[in-house]
Parts: sequence; structure tokens; C-alpha cells
Amino acid sequence: MAAARLAQQLVERGRGDDVTLYGAEPHRPYNRTLLADVLTGRLDAAAVGLPCGAPQTAVRTGCEVVAVDVRSRTLTPAGGEESGYDELVLATGANPVLPPVRGLRTADGGLKAGVHAFRSLADCARLAEDATRATRAVVIGGGVLGVSAARALAAVGLPTEIVHQGPYLIERHLDEGAGDALRGALEELGVHTYPGNRARALDGDPRVTGVRLATGYLLDADLVVLACGARPRTGLARAAGIAVRNGVVVDDRLAASAPHVFAIGDCAEHAGITYGLAGPAWDQADVLAARLCGTAPKTVYRGSRPLVRLTAGPLEYAAFGETGETDGTDVLRIADATRGPYGSYKKLVLRGDRLVGGILLGDLATVGDLTHAYERDEALPGDPLHLLTTEGAA
Amino acid sequence: MTTTTITAVDTHCPYCALQCGMRLVPADGPDGAPVQVLERPGFPVNRGALCGKGRTAAGPLAPGARLTAPLVRDAGTLREASWEEALDRVAAGLADAGRRHGRDAVGVFGGGGLTNEKAYLLGKFARVVLRTANIDYNGRFCMSSAAAALKAAFGLDRGLPFPLADVARAECVLLVGGNPAETMPPAVRHLRELRENGGRLIVVDPRRTRTAELADLHVRPVPGTDLALALGLLHLVIADGLLDEAFIAARTTGFEQVRAAAMAHWPERVERLTGVPVPVLREVAGRFARASTGIVLTARGAEQHSKGTDTVAAWIDLCLATGKAGRPGSGLGCLTGQGNGQGGREHGQKSDQLPGYRSLTDPAARAHVAAVWGVDPDTLPGPGRSAYELLDGLGQPDGVRALLLMGSNPVVSAPHAAHVTARLKELDFLAVSDVVLSETAELADVVLPVAQWAEETGTVTNLEGRVLLREAALAPPEGVRTDLYVLRELAARLGVRRGFSEDPREVFEELRAASAGGPADYAGITYERVRAEDGVFWPCPAEDHPGTPRPFLDRFATPDGRARFAAVSHRPAAEQPDADYPLWLTTGRVLAQYQSGAQTRRVPELARAAPGPFVELHPRLAERLGVVDGDRLTLTTRRGRATAPARITAGIRPDTVFMPFHWPGLGRANSLTHPALDPVSRMPEFKVCAVRVERAGDDR
Repeated sequence: MAAARLAQQLVERGRGDDVTLYGAEPHRPYNRTLLADVLTGRLDAAAVGLPCGAPQTAVRTGCEVVAVDVRSRTLTPAGGEESGYDELVLATGANPVLPPVRGLRTADGGLKAGVHAFRSLADCARLAEDATRATRAVVIGGGVLGVSAARALAAVGLPTEIVHQGPYLIERHLDEGAGDALRGALEELGVHTYPGNRARALDGDPRVTGVRLATGYLLDADLVVLACGARPRTGLARAAGIAVRNGVVVDDRLAASAPHVFAIGDCAEHAGITYGLAGPAWDQADVLAARLCGTAPKTVYRGSRPLVRLTAGPLEYAAFGETGETDGTDVLRIADATRGPYGSYKKLVLRGDRLVGGILLGDLATVGDLTHAYERDEALPGDPLHLLTTEGAA
Repeated sequence: MTTTTITAVDTHCPYCALQCGMRLVPADGPDGAPVQVLERPGFPVNRGALCGKGRTAAGPLAPGARLTAPLVRDAGTLREASWEEALDRVAAGLADAGRRHGRDAVGVFGGGGLTNEKAYLLGKFARVVLRTANIDYNGRFCMSSAAAALKAAFGLDRGLPFPLADVARAECVLLVGGNPAETMPPAVRHLRELRENGGRLIVVDPRRTRTAELADLHVRPVPGTDLALALGLLHLVIADGLLDEAFIAARTTGFEQVRAAAMAHWPERVERLTGVPVPVLREVAGRFARASTGIVLTARGAEQHSKGTDTVAAWIDLCLATGKAGRPGSGLGCLTGQGNGQGGREHGQKSDQLPGYRSLTDPAARAHVAAVWGVDPDTLPGPGRSAYELLDGLGQPDGVRALLLMGSNPVVSAPHAAHVTARLKELDFLAVSDVVLSETAELADVVLPVAQWAEETGTVTNLEGRVLLREAALAPPEGVRTDLYVLRELAARLGVRRGFSEDPREVFEELRAASAGGPADYAGITYERVRAEDGVFWPCPAEDHPGTPRPFLDRFATPDGRARFAAVSHRPAAEQPDADYPLWLTTGRVLAQYQSGAQTRRVPELARAAPGPFVELHPRLAERLGVVDGDRLTLTTRRGRATAPARITAGIRPDTVFMPFHWPGLGRANSLTHPALDPVSRMPEFKVCAVRVERAGDDR
């Protein structure tokens, strides 16, 4: 996604005459945030392609770059000829993390029949097809992706359960109250959650028949989705001698440690952060496009203030920043069981007069004002209640 | 010339693009106005309704309110002079710059308030007499972004491709960045009728304007994000299965690229960019797409951006994707601003155009017009600089050194106005033709006092593409001549004695011939038909042709007859708020003033109603700044400062302040605005820049 936005912006700014986009996947660039909509059939798989400045941009699909020589400024695609570059942008994304669960793989190293990752269009196509045959699904992982996948499976009529290691859903971004409210909402949609539980093994051969929990409990399932996070794809950069920590290390210019090499999107680590979200990837692509085109060569990337956001049928939440309650923060919270289809839960976290975190679940009327207040990092007035309730509303 | 003559004359208002019908009768009121404005209920656009500006339009006709003698600058000050002396000075000033610096060092700057006859003759004067490439006009600051997008999508820039009254019969109307309740109040009756008929009105505006108050739904995006908003709606139309596939297949091209553009603007991203919650996006998309007929109207709020063309294109995409174009009761229209904004852009005062909306770079168009003008096509200059670029180059080594300015007041109305004012002062020679001593005329070497709307006959083309006739109701006072007279006299002094008539009808007959066969074809339009038919809609290629109220019902005006989708992408405004300039500034208009205010500020009733500028800000922002209503505020941007009293209102976003731009001096909003230009339309970014707001006296 970051690469597509970058290429599109290079072309739009008149510098796209010599851009080549290499991608390992067989598809042209597409919008990964829409995979759940593809799974439910709301969007057609062919319809989620992103603009990438074609035809000026040369797009090489199914063409993974396997080696880079930063001294000679060349790269080698799999099974292809070495090719030179002036500037190299790494936007290699992230790979799904596979959990340490017994019985995950078959003898040849592939995933067991009925077991799916949920990261690519190819994953999505296999999963959608399998879902038409399946009778019960388990999603391993109750983070952002797992909740989205579970809701999509429930929407296509599959009884679905979530096994989640954390104490409550999406604990990286939500607090316990919101996590519990979300759990209740999912319950209404036919998704049952087992928080504080770890999947230990998958039963069944050749096809999965159940998920065995660390507690010994067995969940019947002939479809399993792995949603245990993602890890930046950094192998190419590491092999080229480019500095990598969690992701490819970049500075405020989005430049990596080797000259003429940049990194953006899920594979990049800026100021110690790998975001793994589409919004920051877009921000980074825009900054780098402005720099590379010379339209604004001094533009720098100072980090993003990302938001996690789900809108899926009746299920909606937004969360950002510090949502826990630590020393030195003030908290404003409104929970209303009567509001919306499954109640609402709203919370602001303030440090002094600054908004440092927030959650909206079920009622997102103020989400625009709230996220702008967070993004702009301005002093808030004495009573910031307006960020939780619509003006003029009772 | 006689001085008193008439009984009653049916004509049109001198102000906005509605061109409301009105009747003038002789008067001898205490304010000195020689005519009185009466209702004219038979005219379909306004059906008798007039706003305060229209009702008081006779005010500037009074001798005390206007110029009645030419002025020439002597030893730094303007003094009265004879017409002979003034015209000689203008001709000499223009000729001198041309001789010393080349033809392109002589410039012409026109206005969207000029009649078709004047706009046509001004363009001809520039190309045939001065032979300069450098002519443009203030319409560039008006609807040029919409014009560019409409032409690209539909093959034709007809601001509204339907009569305004059609608005009342649509099922859903989306009004984007327009505030007709203040800018063209008689149009509001069509919006009220829309709702009486059960139709829905959705208003998109960062401010809760008087127009937004009328809406079923008011959407309040962050300034500068209308493009993202439109693409986000299109995304939802696609995702929710609301595309009109049959229409897309039969009547459009280019949808696949636009689908990809919409996929890059998914709802959660658009919510973040615009501040409009996804549930609201969903409601708007559903209401518009599910309606059987729908209209999108854009105005300056959507268009006056460095991405204005792409923004209008995105709203057109939404119409095309939902099948809401080229059908009765559906389409995208632009609410043109200036009185003759539509006609003014069709007849050759735009830097890249010839009469009939022909392209100056098209060899066939050049040959046609050159034949009408009796000149060799090769002598016609090529396209010149756009309005702001022309003004920015004034007095510079490669820029215009002598300028003839007709019907415009850029000292107040141009972006980065202090800079433009400085540039005007660097000119070797400036001539201004105007009815009053405007702020720009005050800088001139020669000021030519010209006749007003009620004193001369001529056609205007309103926002619907309806050609109308303004009839002279009385003669201009002693000492005042017409713009056509000025052009004839200057042409003669510069050696061209034919082809510059002072008679508007003769000029119109030539305009008909010059436009014949062009996109804006006036060949079949006559003064008699306009009078008899309440106006004639162009294109009208022959006298027995009925005119074209709805041009796209059968086919669009592109070579293959299909409308063109445009794949566009959101980009930020040229300037983003930061620590030094933390707020958004947006500018606009108020009910009782018109454009730079040169006329309306001189009408006592209007001056009382809107005596000066102000700054709208939200109560929470006011609290943070320690400001109460009426406190004087200083607004600072990277380009300048302005000072005006605070007007606190919950109707504006807390991150945005608003200032109307009708006034000069300390309260001039355009001291602040950003001249970043749209790459296609060359429209400046009037509607958004970063600003700091302080209590006056507290500022550094």
C-alpha cells in the first residue's frame, strides 16, 4: 500500500517517468485494510486495487526482489536479471506471525488444511472458499485483525469463536471496559470470545478438527484463522547490510542506513516505532514523494499519531494513544448501555491539558473532533466533555 | 445624449450570477438615484424575489456615489481631465511599454462583471490591437476550477447544465462549499421548494452557514478536504453496491481507474482526513446514491483551492458513478459567482481562449476567429499568464509593464493582496476603467469613469447558461462614457480604426459570428429572441434552434458522447497549520456585500447592514485565546496581517476561523490568503491557509 501511494504521488507530482514497482504477490497493489470486506463479499477481490501511477509506473507483479547491492546500486528479482537503481525504496510490508501451536503445519511445512493466515488477497480468497464448506471457525488472536476477521466470518454465517491470550480483546489499544464492551457486542453478532486463553495445539489430520486450549478445553473447528500480529519483512534489507532492528531503521528523511535507500510502511522503523497501520504508511509515502520529487525537498517525517479503527456493520470503535490509566493522567469516561445496538463506551485520557489517548466504542459521533484534538496536540479547554458528546445533544 | 427618457424597463441585477430579473422605473428619491428597482415576477430564475443588494442596486447610479470625470495623475495626485487627454495618455502609456519592452509587456485584466459584448471586445482588443498574450481576468478567481473539471468531464463548461428551477425537483441535492442564502438569496427559494417537494438537502461546509441551517444534514469537513470527502463517498457507493452499472457502461469512460482511486480513500482514512465520522459518510452516500434523481452543486468553498479542479472532478465522479448526470433532475452544476461569470469566460478575456469558448491553441479555432476579425491567424498571440501570475509579474523585467484594467479590483480581491498592491505600484503605467474610484483605481495613472448596468445595453449569461439582455434604462451622466467607447477610442489611437464598434448590438452581431460553431455557440441568439423568451440557453447554433436548457440529456459534449471519469487523489492544502500558525483560515462573503465591495460599500443601506470585516471563531477557541465578542483580533499568516473584531459563534469548527473579504485596509482578508495555484485552472487557494490569531495589541 505504501509503495502504491508513493508511486501514485510521484506520478502526480510529475516525477513518475522512471518508477518500477516490484511485488512478490501475484496481484497489483491493493488495499489490505479492505480484506474483511472482501471476505464478506461486500467488495469484489478484483475491485480493491489501488492507483499506483500506471501506466507511467512499471508494475512487476509476482516478482520478488531477492537481493540488493547498495554499493553498486543494483537489485536482483527472483529469476530475473540484475537491474540498477538511482533510489531504492523498501516497502516490503510485514509477514503474519504464526503462533507456537502444535499441529499447525503439515509434514511438508505448509499450513494444515483448514488453517489460514489473513494478510493477503490470496489468503483471503482461500479463506473465503474454505468458509463456504466449514461449519465452525476459531480465530486465534483477539487483536485488531482477529476481531475484524471474526466479525467477517460471522457475517457470512459461520459460528465463530476467538481465542485470545490477552486479558481482554485488543488490549494493546483498548482498556478493560472497552474490551469487555466489545466482547459483548461480538457476542450479539454470534462471536464468542475466550480471553486469557492460549491455543496449544490443533487437532485433526489432514484437516483441522479442533483447537485445544492450554486449559485443556477443546473447541471444535474445521476452520482456523491465525491473527497473531505481523512482523516487518526485513530479510532483504538485513542481507544487504542495511541497519535493521524491529524494522528497517529510518530517520526523519525516511532514509535507511545505506545511501539512496529509503523505507516506508509496515517494514520501516521510525523513532523506534513500526506502526503496522495504513494511515502512517500513507503519511510516510507522501513525505518521501515530496522529497524525491523535489517539490518539497525539506519535508520531514516526524511520526504519526495513529488511530485504530473498525467500522464493520453495527460494530464500530476507534482507539488511539494511551488508553490505560497511569500516574499523572486524568480520565473521563462515559458508558451507556442503552445507546446504539449494543451500548456505547467512551473514554478520554488527559495528561494536564493535553489529550493523550481515547476510545470510542459504539457511538462515534465525535470521532472527527476527537482525533483532530489528538493529532494537533493542543491545550484543551477546562471541560473537554464535548469530545465525547455531540454538541447540543442531551 | 438625453438625460431623462424612460417609463419602465425590464432588465437584470448588476450583481451575482443569478441575474435576477428586475424592473426599473424613473425615480427622484432623496438618495439621488435616478431609477427605482421594482419586482419582475415573470422572470423564472427569481420570480420577483430580490435581495438587499438587488433592491438597492440603483444607489451607485446617483451622481454623488460615482466618478463623473476622467482622472489623470499629475505630480503624484489624480486630477480631473478631459476624455481626450485621458484617452491620449492611456494610448501613449500602452504603446510606450510595448515599444520599449515588447508586446507582451502590455497587459489587460478584465472582469466577470463585464457584459458579453465588453468581454468579447476586450479580448479582441488585446489580441488584435495590442497583440499581447497577456490578458486574463478575475473570473480566474471565481469558477475556473469548476470550468476546467466540467470541460474535462462533459466536454463543455456550462456552469449549470439545467435551469436552476430543476433543483427543486431533484430528490437529493448536495451543496458543496456554497452559501447561497448569503451570496445569492433569491436562489434559496429553489432549495426551500426542494424540501417542500420532499427532496433532501445536504450541505457540506466547515461553517454552519445560513444555508446549512436549511439543510436536512450538514456535513462539516476540515477546510481543504472536500476532495477526500467525495472519494470517501464514492468508496461507500461501491462497497454498498450502489453503483449505477448500466449508466456507467452506456454513458461514461474511465471508471476502472476511478474505482482504484476510491479504494485508496477508504472510509476510515477519509474520516481521519476530513473529520467527518464514517456513520455520517454512510448516511450521505446512501441518501444521494439511493435517490432516483440527484444534483451536486459546487461553489467557491470547494473550488478555490490548489486542488480545486480535482475536487470538482471527484464530485463529478460521484455523480457519474451513481448515474446522476445527463438525466432530467440530475447532474453536477457550479454556482458561478460573478454577474457575467459564465459569459465572461466564454468570449476571449481568458488567457487561453477565443470567443465561443474556443481554444487559443486550436489552429481551426484561430483560423475561424481570425477570419471574423479580418486578420492573419498567425498574428494572434498564444496563451498568456493566468490572473495571479500576470499580477505577480507586474513591473518585473519579464512581466507586464503597462496594464489596462477593466471592471476588477485586485487590491481587495486578489490573494496575497499586499504583494499584488506592491506589484501594481511597480507598473510603468496603469489605466483603470471603473464606475467608482476603487482601491485599485486609486493607484492608477489614468482612471476612466464608465457607464453602469442600467445605463447601457448588453447581454450577460447567467449561471444557467441563459443569455439575458440588460437594457439601458437611462443615459449615463455627463462625463461618463461606456467601456465599448473606451475600447473603440483606444483602438483608433493605436492605429486600428475598424472592428471596434461602440454599439453593443453591432458588437453582439460580431460575437455571434465569432462564436458560431464553437462550444459556446451564440449564433442563433438575437436581442429580440432574448427579450421574447426570457433568455436563450446556449448552445444555440441557429435562429430557429430553441436553445439548450439541458445540454447532456442525449449525449455529453465529448467527441464520443461519453462523460469522462477522472482518477484523482487527495492531497493536503499548500499550507498546513503548525506551531506558529496553528489554525485554519477560510474566507468568504456576507449577505450585504458583493465581491470587493467597490459598489456595495457605497450603498448606505448595505454599509449599515455590513459595516466592516469580522472574524468568526468558536467559543472554545475564544476561551482559549481569552477573547470576548467584539474584541479586536489580529490575524497573521506568512503573507501578512489583518485586524477585525471577533464574532463568536458555535457555527464554526474550533480549529478554523472565518473572515469575509469585502473590505480594504487593515481588515482586508486577502492580506492573509495564499496564492498557491491549482496546476490546471490556476485558481488561487483563497479558501484555506494557516493562521495565528491574537487579541490586537497582544501580537508580537
